[in-house]
Amino acid sequence: MSTMVDPGPEAPETAPQQAKPPTRLGDVLFSKISLVSGLIVILFLAGVGTFLLIQGLPALGASGETAYGEPSIWKFVGMLLYGTIYASVIAIVIVTPLAIGLALVISHYAPRSLAKPVGYLVDLLAAVPSVVFGLWGLEVLAPQLLPAYKWLSEHASWIPLFDGSVNSRSLLTASIVLALMALPIVTALLREIFAQTPRAHEEAALALGATRWEMIRLAVFPYARSGMVAAILLGLGRALGETMAVAMVLSATGTGYLTLSMISAENPNTIAAFIANNYANASGAKINSMIFAGLALFLLTFVVNFAGRWIATRGQNKG
Amino acid sequence: MTRNTGAPEAPDSTDAAYTELPMPDTLSIHSGQLPRQATLMTVVFAAAIGAVGGLILGAGPTVIVLLAWAIFLVALTTWSTIVEGRRKGTDRLVNAMVWSTFVIAMLPLLSLLWTVITKGGPVLTPDFLSRDMTGFAALGQGGGIYHAIMGTIMVTGIAAIIAIPVGVFTAIYLVEYGAASRLAKMITFLVDVMTGIPSIVSGLFAISLFIVITGDPLPRLGIGGGVALALLMIPTVVRSVEEMLKLVPDDLREASYALGVPKWRTIVKVVLPTAVAGIVTGITLAIARVAGETAPLLLIVGTFPSANWNPFDGAVQTLPVYIYTSLNGTTDPKYGDIWTDRVWGAALVLIIIVMALNLIARIIGNIFAPKTGR
Repeated sequence: MSTMVDPGPEAPETAPQQAKPPTRLGDVLFSKISLVSGLIVILFLAGVGTFLLIQGLPALGASGETAYGEPSIWKFVGMLLYGTIYASVIAIVIVTPLAIGLALVISHYAPRSLAKPVGYLVDLLAAVPSVVFGLWGLEVLAPQLLPAYKWLSEHASWIPLFDGSVNSRSLLTASIVLALMALPIVTALLREIFAQTPRAHEEAALALGATRWEMIRLAVFPYARSGMVAAILLGLGRALGETMAVAMVLSATGTGYLTLSMISAENPNTIAAFIANNYANASGAKINSMIFAGLALFLLTFVVNFAGRWIATRGQNKG
Repeated sequence: MTRNTGAPEAPDSTDAAYTELPMPDTLSIHSGQLPRQATLMTVVFAAAIGAVGGLILGAGPTVIVLLAWAIFLVALTTWSTIVEGRRKGTDRLVNAMVWSTFVIAMLPLLSLLWTVITKGGPVLTPDFLSRDMTGFAALGQGGGIYHAIMGTIMVTGIAAIIAIPVGVFTAIYLVEYGAASRLAKMITFLVDVMTGIPSIVSGLFAISLFIVITGDPLPRLGIGGGVALALLMIPTVVRSVEEMLKLVPDDLREASYALGVPKWRTIVKVVLPTAVAGIVTGITLAIARVAGETAPLLLIVGTFPSANWNPFDGAVQTLPVYIYTSLNGTTDPKYGDIWTDRVWGAALVLIIIVMALNLIARIIGNIFAPKTGR
């Protein structure tokens, strides 16, 4: 803003008029409103951190009853963190090949007239509410998977992953539902990235006689590598925080078991699902323990998302 | 499928000599080629073998399909490798697997929609949509989801009232005022962080906030749900509006300034109308996303048997929470089936609401999309 340099109070109209743009009330108001909105966003997020800390930190001394039967709050959060990470990692292992394939269908394999409807279908998958996914996983998917689990338990129980007594509402079922929910996001990101491959690179590879798969391996994947890692990390961040599907599908309701088995009735539990299942009959210090667990989940997803974005921007800068 | 399949050069006898040459790793137009219908033929072959094999082993339909799929992959790859060479064989294998992922991804979606429609469709009677659950939970049958639909509309509406102005004006700040300032960069970063907030954490935030505000150790308020959903909605709104505003060409702004129009009128009369289609689409998609959110509402909004229009006092029933809590009733020995019906009916209504919002967003986006050169 060009304030008047001339302090002469007696002659305001002698100030150079064309140098001073007229200040309009609307302009000031509008820019202030925009600025305040931006500050509200900052305030909102600061509020999330502050209020979670206020309500979560009193749980630091929790043990026994208030830590849901665990000797300390760290054991309580640790058990749930283990389950959260384990379930999400299985989900990501399932979703990665699926999403890469699906994104390739949309970006490179399907003819253009088909690629668009397929893209819509994937977006449709993203629009299904998580509670409906959970319902479907519980009522439709779990019974379908039971025979496969029985077979695995009979023939492959020497692998720790398939040990224990079979239950259809197991960690693997929950992870499959998680994978389906992460699929649209990862696919959408991957297809953007694959579509950005320079046309010239692809055509050069094809002109040298590469088959379509060789073209994708030689031109598309190297170009998209950092973006692929970022997309998978962002999908992981999504799976970590997903609540309802796990809460509805998984049979565990307590802090769960520290087990590797994916198909047994003795499951680890995830932070989000634990909170959803136990909130209704919580009170007092138990709520603090829960909010503390939520804080841990917030930090975990923050780190994973941050890593994803960092890799994505680093890849962009490199070109 | 592969690029060369449709090529006119069919292998004829004069080229046989070239095929004999020891060049296993080259692709030559003279090398052998599978017939055009090779994929179809292999599918039929694999289906037949799989069905026969499966029936002999006494396996179920799922196993037969899996068996046929495995046979298809192996057969097509082997055939192509023998006739066309290893590289083309790999190409065909990858091609088949990529399309398989498409089928695998679409199966759950179709199964989900089919289940919800067939199980929820018969439940949707005018009674189910116009009644609440007052007294019906104990009675066993009857009752409906009117209160839950209204609750979802109210809580989502509160979220939209908070999130849309904040989100739109933040985006305006980022694009029109902030430019590359440090504050704008910080806001962009924080919006990224907000995008990653798990929904349950936003519910916990609302709880912590309203414990402090109301002093109630276990607050249940409609407005709390609105705040929690707004937290999830703001980043989506900011992102989509920001993208749209960036698409508005600078020429338009400069032309407006040149005519002496103040900046705020330029934004209101030139920039926003140009981007309005994209903005409305983005906002509608954001509303659709939070309308189906369950976890935060489960914590802060709770459950209530009749419509509660006061967001500042008492629990409000919402559709997602209704689905989740009604699930407990499905194991009831006497009324389990009725509860199951209610759950699927509510799920169908929720899907219809969310899909309708999505559809509206797409239609708006398509109709009012600015005509681009390409």
